[in-house]
Amino acid sequence: MRVAFFVTCLADQFFAEAAADAVRLLRSLDIEVVFPRGQTCCGQPAYNAGHWDAARKMALHTQQVFEGYDYVVLPSGSCTTMVRAYTPGLFAGDKPHYTAALDLAERTYELSEFLVKVLNVEDLGDGLRGLKVAYHHGCHVSRELGIKSEPVGLLEAAGAEIVPWQADNECCGFGGVFSVKNVPVSLAMADHKLDTLPEVDVLTSADGACLMHMGGHAKKRGLDIKVRHLASLLWEARNG
Amino acid sequence: MAKGYKAAAREMLASQPEVRASVTKATLHFHANRERAYGEVDAESWRDWAATVKRHLLSRLDHYLLLAEEKLSGNGVEVHWAENAADAQQILSRLVKRHDVKKVVKGKSMLSEELEVNSLLQRLGVEVFETDLGEYIIQLAEEPPSHIVGPAIHKSLDDIRALFAKRLGTARDASPEELAAAARRVLREAFLSADMGISGGNFVVAESGTLVLVENEGNIRLTTSAPRVHVALVGIEKLLPRTRDLEVFLQLLARAATGQKLGIFTSLISGPRRPDESDGPEVMHVIFVDNGRSSVLADDEMQEALSCIRCGACLNACPVYRQTGGHAYGQVYSGPIGIVLTPGLKDPALAAELGYACSLCTACADVCPVRIPLPKQILAWRRRAAESGAGGPLEKWLFDGYANIVSKPRFYRMSAKMLRAFKGLTSAPWLPVIGAWASGHGGLEPSPKSFHQIWEEELANE
Repeated sequence: MRVAFFVTCLADQFFAEAAADAVRLLRSLDIEVVFPRGQTCCGQPAYNAGHWDAARKMALHTQQVFEGYDYVVLPSGSCTTMVRAYTPGLFAGDKPHYTAALDLAERTYELSEFLVKVLNVEDLGDGLRGLKVAYHHGCHVSRELGIKSEPVGLLEAAGAEIVPWQADNECCGFGGVFSVKNVPVSLAMADHKLDTLPEVDVLTSADGACLMHMGGHAKKRGLDIKVRHLASLLWEARNG
Repeated sequence: MAKGYKAAAREMLASQPEVRASVTKATLHFHANRERAYGEVDAESWRDWAATVKRHLLSRLDHYLLLAEEKLSGNGVEVHWAENAADAQQILSRLVKRHDVKKVVKGKSMLSEELEVNSLLQRLGVEVFETDLGEYIIQLAEEPPSHIVGPAIHKSLDDIRALFAKRLGTARDASPEELAAAARRVLREAFLSADMGISGGNFVVAESGTLVLVENEGNIRLTTSAPRVHVALVGIEKLLPRTRDLEVFLQLLARAATGQKLGIFTSLISGPRRPDESDGPEVMHVIFVDNGRSSVLADDEMQEALSCIRCGACLNACPVYRQTGGHAYGQVYSGPIGIVLTPGLKDPALAAELGYACSLCTACADVCPVRIPLPKQILAWRRRAAESGAGGPLEKWLFDGYANIVSKPRFYRMSAKMLRAFKGLTSAPWLPVIGAWASGHGGLEPSPKSFHQIWEEELANE
C-alpha cells in the first residue's frame, strides 16, 4: 500500500522529528511512504482568518500536489479537517475544483485514524507501559471529524494510562489568528487547560499547534509540563 | 459601546479577573446540566425537528405574522408593528400616556435591551422595576445583562452581598435566602402597585394567537397578570406555526438553557382578562419588532440565526465567552449568537472585531437546539470583513504573501531555511504576529531541521 505523507507546514517547521516518527511508524507497518516534495500548506490559516482568495490558492496547490495518490496521511488533526471538511466549501460554484476537493477529501486521513480505520491496527506494541498521559482533543478533529477514540485507543493499547482531565475536549485557545488577535483571551483559555491538567508524564495531542500554544504558555509561566506530539508517542508505542 | 471587543476583553481580564471565575463556574454548570438533559431524550431528533420547524417558519414569515396578528386581534389583543427601535419606543411612549402609567414592572426581555426600554421609561418619568432576580441585581448595579439567560452570571455571591447591603440595607453576611427575600419584599410591593407589566415573548403561536412565556421565578406571571396593562415586546422571528409545536420547543428550550425538563412556570396567554375572569390585565398589547431582523432574513448566509430561541446554550459552550462574560462584546447579544446576529441587526462593520472573538472551536454548533450553523456564519462574517479590507493592509499583505510563498515550493523551502537562519527574529516583540505570539509563549522554536531536510538527508534513502 502506498501512502503520500502530507507533513503540513506547521509540523514541517516545528514538529519535524514527530513527523519523521510518523513516517518510521508507517514504514514499520509495511506501508510504502512517499513524500511529494512540492507540498506546502493546506491553506487553513488564511481560511480561518477570512482571506479565502489566499486560502483557495493554497488549497489548489495542495490539490495538485496530492493528485492521484490512494491515501494522503497527515500528522495533524486540524489540517486533516481543513482538507476534508472545509476546503470543498471554498470551491462552491466551481465544479471541477469542488469535485477535486471532494476527491482529495475522500483519500485524506489523520495518522491515528488511518492506522485504526484503514490499516485496522489497534495494537502497535506496548512501548508506552506505565506512561501517564493527558490527551488534548483538538477541536476540529474531534468535533468535525469525530476522531476521538482512535488516538486514545492506540495509546491505551500501548500501555499508557490516559488520566481523566475535565477540560480534555475544551479549546486550548489557539485558534490560528485568534491567538495573535486576542492574546489575553487566548492565553486565559490556555490557563484554564493548564490549571485543570492532572499530574501526568506527558501532554499529547494530534494537533501540534495546540501543543505549541499550551506548551509555550506553560513554559512562559514556568510550569514543568512535558509536551509530545501524538506521532512520536505512537512510534514509541511500537518501537520503545 | 465605544470600545471594541479586543480592548474590552483585555481590560476585563486585567482589571476584573473575578468575572472570569464567576462566569466559568456558572457556564460550566449550565453546560453540564444541558449535556445531561440532552442525554435523557432523543435530543438529536428533537433538534432536527425544531430546526426544520423554525426554517419553515422563516420561509413563510410574512404569512405567519399576518395570521398571528389576525388571531391575536380576535383574542382582544391590540397588535402594533415597529420597524425599528425608534418606532417601538414611540409606540411604548404612546401607550404609557394613554394608560396613564406611573410604574412599570418588567419580565426579562433581551429585546427590551435592544430597544433601551428602561432608559426610555425613565425619561418619561416612569418608575421601572426589573423583576427577574438576576435582572433586578444588574438593575441595582446599573449594568447591562451579561448573559441571555443568566443576566447577573458575572456576579459572585460576595458582589451581590455588597450591592444589596448598599442598596437595600441587608446584612454584609446575608445568606442567599436573605438576599432573595429582600428583593422579594421590594418586588412584591411593585407588582401590586404597578400600572403596566412589560414582558418579552418566548414564542407566539400563530394559529391561535397565544403568547408563550417561560420562566423559573413566577415574576413573569405576576408581571403579565397583576398590573392593569400588559405589553409584550416580541421579535418578529419568535413565532411558531402551531400549538402542538410547543410540545418539543418548551422541553428543548428548558433542556438547552438550564438542563431542566421544563421551565418552572410556562404561561400561555390568550388575551386580556375576560368578563368572567377574576385576574389578568384589562388591556393587552403585543408589539412586533423588526429592528434589523428583515435584513438578516434577506441574508442567505445568516438567516438561519433567526431560528434562535435565546436559550444561551452557545454562550455556555463557548470557551471564549467564558473568559470575560458578555460585557466585553459591548453589545446586547454576546457569545457565538451575538457575533452572528449583531453585525446583521446593526452594522456589518461590527464584524471586523466581533468576528474574531472566536477560536472557531465549533462547540456552539454541537449544542444549539435549533442547529444554527454558528461557526460557519462566524467564518462568513470574517470572509466579508477580510474582503472589505477590515483587517487592514498589513494583514492582507501577509496572507497574500504567504499564499504566494506556499504555492511556490522553492520559496516555501527557502523561507524554512530563513526561519532557522534568523532565529533571533522569532521572538522579536516588534514584529507583527510573531511579537504577539512571543508575548505569551516566548520565541518560536523551530525544529533543528525541517521535515523536508530530514526527508532529504535520512528518510528518502532508508
